[in-house]
Amino acid sequence: MIEIENLTKRYGPLAAVEDVSLTVERGRIAALVGTSGSGKTTLLRMINRLVEPTSGRVRIDGTDTAALPPHLLRRRIGYAIQGHGLFPHRSVAQNIATVPRLLGWDRPRIAARVDELLDLFQLPPGEFRDRMPHELSGGQQQRVGVARALAAKPDLLLMDEPFGALDPVIRAQAQADLRRIQRELGTTLVIVTHDMAEAITLGDRIAVMERGRLLQYAPPREILTAPATPFVARLIGTDERPFHLLSLTCVADLAQPGEAEGPPLAPGASLRDALALCLWSGRAALPVEGGGVVTLDALRRAAEGLPP
Amino acid sequence: MTGRLALGLAAVLLLAFLLSPDSFAPLLRPLTRNGAPPVYTQTSLLSLTLSHLGMVAGAVLAASVLAVGFGVLVTRPSGRDFLPLARTVASVGQTFPPVAVLALAVPVMGFGTGPTMLALFLYGLLPIFENTLAGLAGLPPQVIEAARGMGMTPAQRLWRVELPLALPVILSGVRLSAVIALSTATIGSTVAARTLGEVIIAGLLSSNTAFVVQGGVVVGILALLIHAGLRALEDRAAAWSHAGRS
Repeated sequence: MIEIENLTKRYGPLAAVEDVSLTVERGRIAALVGTSGSGKTTLLRMINRLVEPTSGRVRIDGTDTAALPPHLLRRRIGYAIQGHGLFPHRSVAQNIATVPRLLGWDRPRIAARVDELLDLFQLPPGEFRDRMPHELSGGQQQRVGVARALAAKPDLLLMDEPFGALDPVIRAQAQADLRRIQRELGTTLVIVTHDMAEAITLGDRIAVMERGRLLQYAPPREILTAPATPFVARLIGTDERPFHLLSLTCVADLAQPGEAEGPPLAPGASLRDALALCLWSGRAALPVEGGGVVTLDALRRAAEGLPP
Repeated sequence: MTGRLALGLAAVLLLAFLLSPDSFAPLLRPLTRNGAPPVYTQTSLLSLTLSHLGMVAGAVLAASVLAVGFGVLVTRPSGRDFLPLARTVASVGQTFPPVAVLALAVPVMGFGTGPTMLALFLYGLLPIFENTLAGLAGLPPQVIEAARGMGMTPAQRLWRVELPLALPVILSGVRLSAVIALSTATIGSTVAARTLGEVIIAGLLSSNTAFVVQGGVVVGILALLIHAGLRALEDRAAAWSHAGRS
């Protein structure tokens, strides 16, 4: 659990982050969104003290981060950034082993951990262990970057626009993988993004920032249906709102008894996918795997933010 | 390929000349007048060459240690204030003529190797220093950010990330210094240092063109070979550390 209390960072008279307080529960994902210059990256970097706060406190599982030397604190916190920042002169295995080596793990333990992570990120160890970063595709580099951040089994992972450099197809896959791995490991995750769709897809809670201030910190549904300020509403984009709402719920939650024709939808598919299929195939109801149907009427209600 | 072949040929010829200078006498005789000796024999050319190379190596090594050291120092947060001073010292070292250094150093250090090495050392600082600065300043910012974020201490960042990645640029500064020092070392013979300059000066004093040519050509070939050798080293370092930047 991370508790951020009245955190402020001033550069001269200018406040990059002004009196921000928020709590991220263990094993949850908090997405920090805002335009550039909103202070979201500064806020993130104050958690592992890459930026020293002017005032306020950060506590991780109850421990004040100011009580530890910064480099020791950072070895306990995973950190992944845009453009991955892999060391170009180190192999994939050496890159991933960075923090375990700093922590003085023994060789067999490091080797086992590297292979375990490569497997987790679907990079066959035999094939990827000894490659150099420039021999990887952008998506693979990004995965190695996240694997490196997770190497020493941190309870907390910080990510700064980790998917910013990826093309849309690979990005969607990377987001899904991150979600899966985060659930599997139970890591608490704070992720900075300027992409509201990404925040909605990934975040259990979204923190919207503007000019150093925290405007709203709430679950995605609440951000979408009850934006705290006009700025939050503008950031969501009114034309995208119904689709964002639909993407939050899966088909199984909206299914009702009934019969319909056509190939069945997976219960885990999002309502957004269901709507797209309805529109594309011109049908008013779709069957769901394992029984039941999703109707266009129900989808319409969901898109308005109404309960099923 | 042809370049490498020519270098190999030059190396073989140089070695042959140093080991058996007399066999080149017929080649050099047309450059002499009045039956003057075509090959310098006062001192063994091989020992002069080794002494010449030793001085250059010593001076360049010392300049490298100091210049890289200062380059690292002034790029640390705590040493940033010294950047203008270090730049000035290195620039003065480069602009102050080596001959003047010799003239000033002899009364203090006496004749011979000392003043020559001092002159070469001062002359060699600037290229290495400037390249160290350029190499360390030109590192990809995300890589440095990642190193900090992983929890490396400043010293670990320097040794494990910054210096390895800046190495090719630093090495090219060392190469420049070495090649300059190699030719500059010849003037050391004006203050009785044992360098190949001795052959050239003897030639000038006795109007023996053959001596001047053999001294000059030996230095020239050495410079070419060292340039090529260090260049190859640099390319290997670059292939190893720059791989991810392209």
